[in-house]
Amino acid sequence: MSPLLRRSETVIFLVVLVAVVVIGVINPAAWNLGNIFSLLRANVITGIMALGVLTVLISGGIDISVPYFAMAAMYVTLLGMLNTGYSGVALPFIAATLIGLLLGVLNAFFVDRMRMIPMIVTLGTGTMVRGFLLGVIGTANINIDRMPPSLIHFASLYLVKRVQPDGTTIELSAMIVIYLALALLVHLLLRHTMIGRGVYAMGGDKEAARRAGFDVRRVTYFVYCLSGALAGFAGLLYVSMSWLANPRDLAGAEMDVLAAVVLGGASIFGGRGSVLGTMLGVFTLVLVNNSLIILHVSTTWQRVAVGVIVIAATATTAWRDRKRLA
Amino acid sequence: MPPPLIELRHISKHFAGVKALDDVSLTIAPGEIHCLAGENGSGKSTIIKVISGVYQPDGGEIVIDGAPARPLTPISTIAHGVQVIFQDFSLFNTLTVAENLALSTELSERRRLVNWRRVRKVAEEALARLGVQLDLDADLDTLPTSGRQLVAIARALMSNPRLLIMDEPTTALTRKEVETLFGIVRDIQSRGISILFVSHKMREMLEISERITVLRNGRVVGEGPTGGWDEVSITRAMTGHDPSGETYRWTRPAAPPPPRLETRGFGVPGLFSDVNLTIHPGEIVGLSGLLGAGRTELAMALFGMYPAYHGSIRIDGQEVRLGSVQDAIAQGIAYVPEDRLGEGLFLTQTINRNLLASSYGALAHNGFIDFVQAHKRSSAMIKGMQIATATGDRPVIELSGGNQQRVVIGRWLMNDERILVLNGPTVGVDVGSKAGIHRKIRDLAASAGLAVLMISDDVPELVQNCSRIVLMHRGRFVEDLPTSEATEALVADRLKALT
Repeated sequence: MSPLLRRSETVIFLVVLVAVVVIGVINPAAWNLGNIFSLLRANVITGIMALGVLTVLISGGIDISVPYFAMAAMYVTLLGMLNTGYSGVALPFIAATLIGLLLGVLNAFFVDRMRMIPMIVTLGTGTMVRGFLLGVIGTANINIDRMPPSLIHFASLYLVKRVQPDGTTIELSAMIVIYLALALLVHLLLRHTMIGRGVYAMGGDKEAARRAGFDVRRVTYFVYCLSGALAGFAGLLYVSMSWLANPRDLAGAEMDVLAAVVLGGASIFGGRGSVLGTMLGVFTLVLVNNSLIILHVSTTWQRVAVGVIVIAATATTAWRDRKRLA
Repeated sequence: MPPPLIELRHISKHFAGVKALDDVSLTIAPGEIHCLAGENGSGKSTIIKVISGVYQPDGGEIVIDGAPARPLTPISTIAHGVQVIFQDFSLFNTLTVAENLALSTELSERRRLVNWRRVRKVAEEALARLGVQLDLDADLDTLPTSGRQLVAIARALMSNPRLLIMDEPTTALTRKEVETLFGIVRDIQSRGISILFVSHKMREMLEISERITVLRNGRVVGEGPTGGWDEVSITRAMTGHDPSGETYRWTRPAAPPPPRLETRGFGVPGLFSDVNLTIHPGEIVGLSGLLGAGRTELAMALFGMYPAYHGSIRIDGQEVRLGSVQDAIAQGIAYVPEDRLGEGLFLTQTINRNLLASSYGALAHNGFIDFVQAHKRSSAMIKGMQIATATGDRPVIELSGGNQQRVVIGRWLMNDERILVLNGPTVGVDVGSKAGIHRKIRDLAASAGLAVLMISDDVPELVQNCSRIVLMHRGRFVEDLPTSEATEALVADRLKALT
């Protein structure tokens, strides 16, 4: 096989291509400019969270606390803004990112020091943080009338705006630029820094990584903190884009994120995965959900589709990895 | 004469009151291939760890280049020019060959960023130095074991070592690969690098080394130039007693009963075909061939793991259908797999439980297990297999490799089997245990009338135990050598001719 065909990114790209054509045939309306713009916009939040989960997965761990950390970071930051009347943009995003990062420290601590299974740790911390958020901090929605206008204004920035013949306008959200920038950052981290290679090395063989001289504790903290930080950032960006802050939101989104990452070719056993693949995975997942909406499939059936994607993608990568081991 | 490169003087090391090393002295000269021989548990690994600075000795001293150098740490030994290639290689399976080679250098230079052009260059140089060619962009786990070993050797040579320690380097290699490895080892030696070759395979040490030091129970029991050793004297030193020269010969009775196992036109599409195999009660038949010849697949098919097979199988004259593992067990077929640690044992469970793992069904009455009977049976088997343990309640992981192997074989003999398929029965087992396992297998064949199919790469093992040796190549039987006529050299030659 040629190197290009051997790469899992190529395979996913072909899958996306087939899906695009099939959906276009079933429903030509899916490929009007407006729908393409909204499709791209829908990549942003899942995509940013997926970048963190990808990193954890490559290191041989898993992180399912991400959406709960995102909501906690978002809600605490927003309440802080409302109470102080602060109306900036940069500082709140920094705050949300830091809150996410601190929660990530919690995950790393349990995984590293207590040597606990990452699945159980992140399930526990995610549930705990969500419970704490709803029980102690609050359950009230923050509606558009109380949402800080600065955030809404920021998230409404667009790259392209078109007025349609029927008078409606369509926009390409500028938040895509943020997603792409973060993706590039994570790509550079993973591919071109020693700590990034340490993530791959640790996911491949932890003992060998230690013997080669990698600081596996540092790598563990790095991956869970990065995942938490990206989650915190994504949480605040999510409510800024949707103009409504509901602390109960995003519950179950860990499945979508995981589905996207695994679909993108990352190995559930660790050691394998790429940013490009994950981005393609996110795109595919969003495309599937979007197409089901257009085809008037109910949301419950969308969950079935996501579940099927997780199983199918994991089975494929597991089969691939096992074949290599044989 | 130059001073020795490294000298261990009267080293001892205790673990929780147990003497792992007792007054061990070892001298390695510059540019020498020195073999450290010993059975499992004799202290070989402890010595490696003392030399590489992982363990601190309790007594004695280590002299490097004629000057006492203590205490050693893993970092300082690397600075002294010592590199260890562990049995598991300590490589990164999911990274490319290039990265596996370059990562340690990048790490030791405390780099923060990875320059892929530099990584490639470093890797190319490392392979060129070893004189081998590998695809730098291939993921490591796509390489065979021998290829991974080359990467590990190339990586070790990058730091310009003066002493290379290789821990059981030939364990997972085929004969041909071992020869290639020896070529490389000699080439490394010609550059003035000393090699400490740790092994329990006598032929290999006699072939490659210049000096041999034999360990038994943590003490040096023999030391000298290789010319002064032969297989018998090494075995005697390693085990403390003479090797058994006896061979097992099955003689066909005048009026033979129907064969225990008879296959006609046996095959699995794509794996092997047209296999006609006959084994009589009490007979041990050997099966060899290169890895990938289809021999493991043949064994698995006999154990009911390939239901889509062609041809017919008769057991004691009865036509049987082996469509599942349950069918095979019901027909009295036992299979001891190649990877016994992965497929055969529950390492953290007790010896008793491991022995009884496939007998609980037979021991249950109305759903309740007869534990008195179970305990009786497992105790008898521990005795019968001569498993070295005071009690069957210890976890299997605490046993040595040879004893673990006896547990696996013992389990399959609990249920009055008729046919025993052994895949590499003594791989990774030391000489003493090996003789014990062979004796047990012969006893079973002779007394219980078991038909045994012994798959092995170990030619002496086959010649000593089997009445016939079948060679397999590309999924077919290509030769059937009666051992009454075949010498070890003949069998080895025929095997070589298969490549």
